[in-house]
Amino acid sequence: MRVALFVPCYVDQFYPKAAIATLELLEKLGCEVHYPKNQTCCGQPMANSGYEHLTGGCNNLFVDNFSGYDYVVCPSGSCTLHIKEHLHADGKEDQATEIRKKVYELTEFLVDILRVKQLSASFPYKVGLHHSCHGLRGLRIAQMSELVAEPFSKPAQLLDLVNGLELVPLSRQDDCCGFGGTFCVVEEAVSAKMGKDRVADHISHGAQYITSADLSCLMHLEGILRRQNSDVKVIHVAEILNNSL
Amino acid sequence: MSREKILAAVKFNQPAAMPLPDMEVLNKLTDVRTDLVSKYKAIATAGGSFVYEVSGFDEIKTIINNEFKAGVKIISALNELSDYIYAETVKHEDGHTFADVELTVLRTQLGVAENGALWLTEKDMGSRVLPFIAQHLAVVISKDDFVPTMAQAYQTIGDADYGYGSFISGPSKTADIEQSLVIGAHGPRSLSVFILS
Amino acid sequence: MSTATTKDHPHLAAEFNRDEPRVNWHDETLWWVRAKRDIAAHKLPEWELLRETASQIKFNVLSNLSTYLEQFEANATKNGIIVHWAADATEHNQIVHGLLEQKGITKMVKSKSMLTEECHLNEYLKEQGIDVIDSDLGERIVQLANEPPSHIVLPCIHKKKEEIGDIFHEHLGSAKGESDPKILTETARQHLREVFLTRRAALTGVNFAVAETGEFVICTNEGNADMGAHLAEIHIASMGIEKLIPERKHLGVFLRLLTRSATGQPITTYSSHFSKPQEGTEIHIVIVDNGRSIQLGREEFRNSLKCIRCGACMNTCPVYRKSGGHSYHTAVAGPIGSILAPNLDMKKYADLPFASTLCGSCSNVCPVKIDIHDQLYKWRQVIVKEGYSPKAKTMAMKAMALTLASPTLYRMGGKTGRLVFKYVPFAVNNKLNPWYNQREMPKAPDESFGEWYAKRKGAKNS
Repeated sequence: MRVALFVPCYVDQFYPKAAIATLELLEKLGCEVHYPKNQTCCGQPMANSGYEHLTGGCNNLFVDNFSGYDYVVCPSGSCTLHIKEHLHADGKEDQATEIRKKVYELTEFLVDILRVKQLSASFPYKVGLHHSCHGLRGLRIAQMSELVAEPFSKPAQLLDLVNGLELVPLSRQDDCCGFGGTFCVVEEAVSAKMGKDRVADHISHGAQYITSADLSCLMHLEGILRRQNSDVKVIHVAEILNNSL
Repeated sequence: MSREKILAAVKFNQPAAMPLPDMEVLNKLTDVRTDLVSKYKAIATAGGSFVYEVSGFDEIKTIINNEFKAGVKIISALNELSDYIYAETVKHEDGHTFADVELTVLRTQLGVAENGALWLTEKDMGSRVLPFIAQHLAVVISKDDFVPTMAQAYQTIGDADYGYGSFISGPSKTADIEQSLVIGAHGPRSLSVFILS
Repeated sequence: MSTATTKDHPHLAAEFNRDEPRVNWHDETLWWVRAKRDIAAHKLPEWELLRETASQIKFNVLSNLSTYLEQFEANATKNGIIVHWAADATEHNQIVHGLLEQKGITKMVKSKSMLTEECHLNEYLKEQGIDVIDSDLGERIVQLANEPPSHIVLPCIHKKKEEIGDIFHEHLGSAKGESDPKILTETARQHLREVFLTRRAALTGVNFAVAETGEFVICTNEGNADMGAHLAEIHIASMGIEKLIPERKHLGVFLRLLTRSATGQPITTYSSHFSKPQEGTEIHIVIVDNGRSIQLGREEFRNSLKCIRCGACMNTCPVYRKSGGHSYHTAVAGPIGSILAPNLDMKKYADLPFASTLCGSCSNVCPVKIDIHDQLYKWRQVIVKEGYSPKAKTMAMKAMALTLASPTLYRMGGKTGRLVFKYVPFAVNNKLNPWYNQREMPKAPDESFGEWYAKRKGAKNS
């Protein structure tokens, strides 16, 4: 199985450990992982700011980098969703369509495609799981609390396989953290308040780590935790699943 | 004329016709006719209504006599409760004189188990304002007159011709001040429901 | 986005956030309403089918709206109701004033109608010398406070009981310092009862208008719409053109959804169906367009007109909960307001589609399944293309797009201190950067993943 690893720009630049964990995890699970080296960004920062019309260059580059693999896997629900919903390229629409179908967020890839039922990972800590909105309501990697439907959570299902890990309950299981791309600076007051409230929910339930399938949320929450000099840390779900594998 | 302008703009801008959904699946799913009285009772009570299961009108009279002081103004739309002012004899033009009505007693043929609502039309009311202006409202319903949900309620109503009708599901209430529930906003301070067995 | 004259959402939200305990209180109050909605919805196993059915009915309505409007008009007229048409807010206000003037009425009681808020009817009538009293308790409170409602279902959700106590003490003579909701409500009851008994005209909104029968339905918990309408000589009902539903039986779908979504109650206390005027009285309906037919023509945004004004999207919206209704500076706040308002004035409301994280909770609580968050995204694209975005932002976005479209530029940026991110505002390590007000910057690692990977043995570089 030839898998192309799509590492979002901010993960590449700020959280290489999460990308390394994703790569190692996929390899240990038997995937032939390729990293197309000319990749940059999915184009979401422009698109969500109202500049989707400027993403043509990004899209073209993305199609060039990621065509021809069995799957494209990404350790970010948000970037995956953007590709799934908005990747189009003039003259290469067939390839773009193919990629839109083959792109997976890491945890959904592990659960739905690799059908991972066991892991030899261990992580003896109390962990709060933050669902990113794009992963949750966009990709449906877990059931959202708004719907009258059977609950499930792909990330939680995987975390349950990790030795020693205890998932803490939350008062608001899927309230948004307030990152929101450029929202985090344009609407700084509300963004920060939303992040503070999410962090407080995790802390009040005894979390030692906050994990998520999306680092953009975690970057925001980490910024708040560090400002508060908190001992609580953020960690991408891949790093937990890859821990002492 | 704005009428023509609006209609033309709407007609020009509306999308291609889309069909109405089939309501049968929903109607069947919700048409569960077991324990309707107990379901009604639970929901209506939770909504602030006082529900009494009674064997007959004498029992209703006793309850009313216990709950209300002698001499207060009570208007009733039921022949069986003839000690009070009969609703058919009052005129809606006199609506403003009902300001001192302590209790209005009405009869309905339709109650909804899922939400505690009782369907009352103008005919049942005598005057439209009566169920609203009275300090308290009581409604009499037979135990066989309940339907499971609003879907069946509208099947029962069908194409009935009424000038005015209202589903009333409890006492007048508000939670506008800090979401604190307060019973007795502008309408009746209580709703008593008498279920006749 | 910001203009010199009007404060935009980010500024108003920042002001709201200066009092953090109050933000917490506001947030928790609305979350509680959202939680009640969840409990109510989960009691119905058929909830999602109900939403889907309601959505389909509303799509059918939008696609046949001109026919349903004519059908409604014909049936209402047959029932003895007098129908008026208003192209915009001004015409609506003039029609209402004209009706009052004809009868020599100078005092009117009004129940909740967001349409009249949208049309600024109260201000207009005041200028014409008409005294209007809002009878919904929440609306009366904000009216006395000289403020607009901050929520379409819970108009004074932003006010604390002590503040309401002060307002009532000043205007309605309640005891100084009295803040018990029961006592304050009783004060309003006595005050408004007098109003109901003395007003010859009552204006109400409309929740649903049935094309098949010509009747319309008004839902309240307080009974104020009925008290006003039944005691008045003339009842004026204002409705937007989108309030139509095809048949009476469809009320069975919408009345099951409306209040469960709004407050978690299974139904409002009163769901009143007005079909004919009471003998000797008049019912007038004013059917208002005010931009709705334009929205109907916007393919990407037309289904915002499916809205039944339950307010569920506001209660669930974390941005609304933490910024308050007034920060949206429009009659209908929150997510739904943010997709409706730009249709009326794109420049004035260019900030609103950006007042969201696109979390999508709104679309999923919506009882008629409006794709609210997708429309917020689409409005952003339209607003930028129409030129209502700040120039500096456009420049930055262009530069960023260029960098990210070029692997070479991207890598160069990374190597020189991750400069690529100078266009991503959260990464600017500068104390003027808003990110830094309440958050630390991410720590830059020694090498990027790309750099690490290049050095990795057996790297499958493609």
